[in-house]
Amino acid sequence: MQGVKERFNYLFSSTRGLSMVAIGLIALVSAVWGTLSGPLAELGVKEFMIDLLGMSIFQAEREGRMIMLYHSIAMAVVAIQVYFITGIISMKECERVKVNATVTVGYMMAMFFGLAFGYFGHNWIYHGLFITGQALVFWAGVLLAAALWPWRKEYYISDTAYARTRSGLDLERTAFFVVAVAMLGSSFFGAIAGMYYGNGFETFLAETTIREPHKTILQKSIIGHLHIMLALLTTGVSLVIGRWLDFKGIWQKMAMPLYIVGSVILTFGAWSVMVVEWAHTTIYVGSTFILLGALFLVIYGFGRLIRTGLEKRGLKKAGLFIRLAALVDDPLKFGSLWQMIFMNFTVSGVGIFMAVRLDEIIRVWPYRDERILLAGHWHILATLTATVMLFYYADLMGLQGRARKIFGWAVIIFSDLAFGSVTVFGMKRLFVDEASQQPTVDTLMVLADLALVIVLLALAAFLIWLLVDFFSKNGRWKKDVNLSSSQEVKA
Amino acid sequence: MKRTTILVAFLAFGLIGCAPILSQSNPPLVVDTGVDPENWALIPAGEFFEGQFNHTQTIDYDYEMMVTLVTNTQFAEYLNASLADGTLKVDGDYIAGYHPGEEFHAYEHEMEIPAGDYPHVPLADDSLRIDQSNGIFSARAGYENHPVVMVSWFGANAYCDYYGWRLPTELEWEKAARGTDGRPFPWGEEFNNAHVNAYFSRDPFEWTLGKAGDTTPVGFYNGQTYEGYQTIDSPSPYGLYDMAGNVWQWTLDDYPDQHYRYLRGGSKAEYEFMLRTWMRNSSGPEYMSPNAGFRCVR
Repeated sequence: MQGVKERFNYLFSSTRGLSMVAIGLIALVSAVWGTLSGPLAELGVKEFMIDLLGMSIFQAEREGRMIMLYHSIAMAVVAIQVYFITGIISMKECERVKVNATVTVGYMMAMFFGLAFGYFGHNWIYHGLFITGQALVFWAGVLLAAALWPWRKEYYISDTAYARTRSGLDLERTAFFVVAVAMLGSSFFGAIAGMYYGNGFETFLAETTIREPHKTILQKSIIGHLHIMLALLTTGVSLVIGRWLDFKGIWQKMAMPLYIVGSVILTFGAWSVMVVEWAHTTIYVGSTFILLGALFLVIYGFGRLIRTGLEKRGLKKAGLFIRLAALVDDPLKFGSLWQMIFMNFTVSGVGIFMAVRLDEIIRVWPYRDERILLAGHWHILATLTATVMLFYYADLMGLQGRARKIFGWAVIIFSDLAFGSVTVFGMKRLFVDEASQQPTVDTLMVLADLALVIVLLALAAFLIWLLVDFFSKNGRWKKDVNLSSSQEVKA
Repeated sequence: MKRTTILVAFLAFGLIGCAPILSQSNPPLVVDTGVDPENWALIPAGEFFEGQFNHTQTIDYDYEMMVTLVTNTQFAEYLNASLADGTLKVDGDYIAGYHPGEEFHAYEHEMEIPAGDYPHVPLADDSLRIDQSNGIFSARAGYENHPVVMVSWFGANAYCDYYGWRLPTELEWEKAARGTDGRPFPWGEEFNNAHVNAYFSRDPFEWTLGKAGDTTPVGFYNGQTYEGYQTIDSPSPYGLYDMAGNVWQWTLDDYPDQHYRYLRGGSKAEYEFMLRTWMRNSSGPEYMSPNAGFRCVR
């Protein structure tokens, strides 16, 4: 009985345990719901799964179902980010417990009841509890923002290696605070449209509206919401990675103001999409600030990885190849930075290309091709961000040695192969015409599917390793049971 | 050894994807569906449910719509007639015709379509299953009763106009496809590969061009069995065939501030969700696709 209690405490009070539960649930949902589309659906697994689980699927509700699914997963991802932040940022223990407990109850309610409402019949109690869950996640965000309040004197810093004001205000903490507040505000833009659901607002996926020349305020609100939430989540993740790598020195001092100002401008730009034509210009400016901040993080991180790698080899100076070997020595840390670079090829680059060539190419393509490209780049950013979070979590869980290398490189190589293939698939109209595209499509899809399968197998192996440890009497989990989250992360 | 095995497996998957598609000139399975492309169906005036959220709309006039998509044979006959009387002309690699242009408001991303000649069908594109011999156009052998493809909106509009008909508006098209009971597919709620020519629907024509498949003869999904392949009879409530899948269908509407033309019905290259009767595709009116055809109303 004591073992059960200890394990329960580990799962629902430690950063590692809470994150493991959320990652496990996301993996489970992805595994089951992934059969409803793509290659498994083509092979007939979809019908089998619908029958097996007794799902209630109606054609007219597809978009609504997908929105419930997105939010079910997104709430869990937000919760994981919250766990990471409460684990690495100083705050009172009671604040940490309140935030983590609230966000946990919230995301679980949103996930269970959201999926129940979307896929297993429209019991409106489920919908109410889904909304309640999201409201709790929002409230957890308010508590987190309050806990992060950077102007409390006890959180002022004196170490001049880190970005701070003259009075000692911690600019990294301020960046976390700004991102948290911006996410809270941005969530309203989805919630406001959702409030009209059943009262004039009709469910839609953003990509279905791209060619409507006159979009409604609520449509623009949703489009702004989905983009800014992902952008801010990604910004938050890069801040977590910065803390993981002990981001400091001149690069950090330049980056933190950029993160703060960029987040404010980007958020303002996304909100203003509803009312002004020049909102996109604001978004580009905000994005540029944040991307510059992330670039400085990558520069610092690469330098640090090289130094660490050389130290391991007992070297102070080395040639190019040894320095490169040192850079890639730890695939988890290298991967978290590399994915930020790779993102520019598959997301930012594609976005800029589309914006620049909009009237010459993209709007000339049939809508279906444009839709594939748009939906693709959003999903790639979301999944790339998830891989970065996984790298951090694998390190947090103490993945070491050969397993660390295999897991890290499998995720880097095959996720990038998958995302690269999907990006080329989205851009295919640039180099292959519709009549002769099928061999290209088949090749790219085989590459993407195969690569994703390998990434998912790597994730599955990692989760099995976690489970085996969890059921061991004296597993790694044991030492976290009596530690606070911050002690645990440091440990 | 292990590395070699992994590498070989990886390359094998790649090669499967790279396998060449069969030539479009390979003769397809020839079938007589028994559905006459010259038939028209009456769609009576009245209310119906439009769109995903079943908004009530009214069309206050009766109209008739072609029971099938325009076939290669029908379009070849039209080309011969319209070229002979000078309605159309050969312009480089295209057969082209005059369009009077459309009002332009310089709205953001709005296409400008001034008066002039516009391409209707390409002459040297293998995807068009109409061949020319001694100046006479005829449907390619085996494709006579397949829907014509690679026709731009200008070409589809001109075809209907030539015979005194016109393209259907989006509303007319949707009512014809789903009737008055709000169903998502022309045949009802359930989706089965034997209803429709869709992406990876495993019909006998599919492997001609890979998963995206080939066109099926008009009226193919009428409950007949073709060389062991059993179809389900899948007309719309008004008896129209191929109102989902096979090829996208051009519609008439020209909306302000955009000038895109909308296509309905999905195609052989689309998954199930794009075949729902309210889904739309769009493009500029000059777009020619192996996945797009049309039918007319009168």
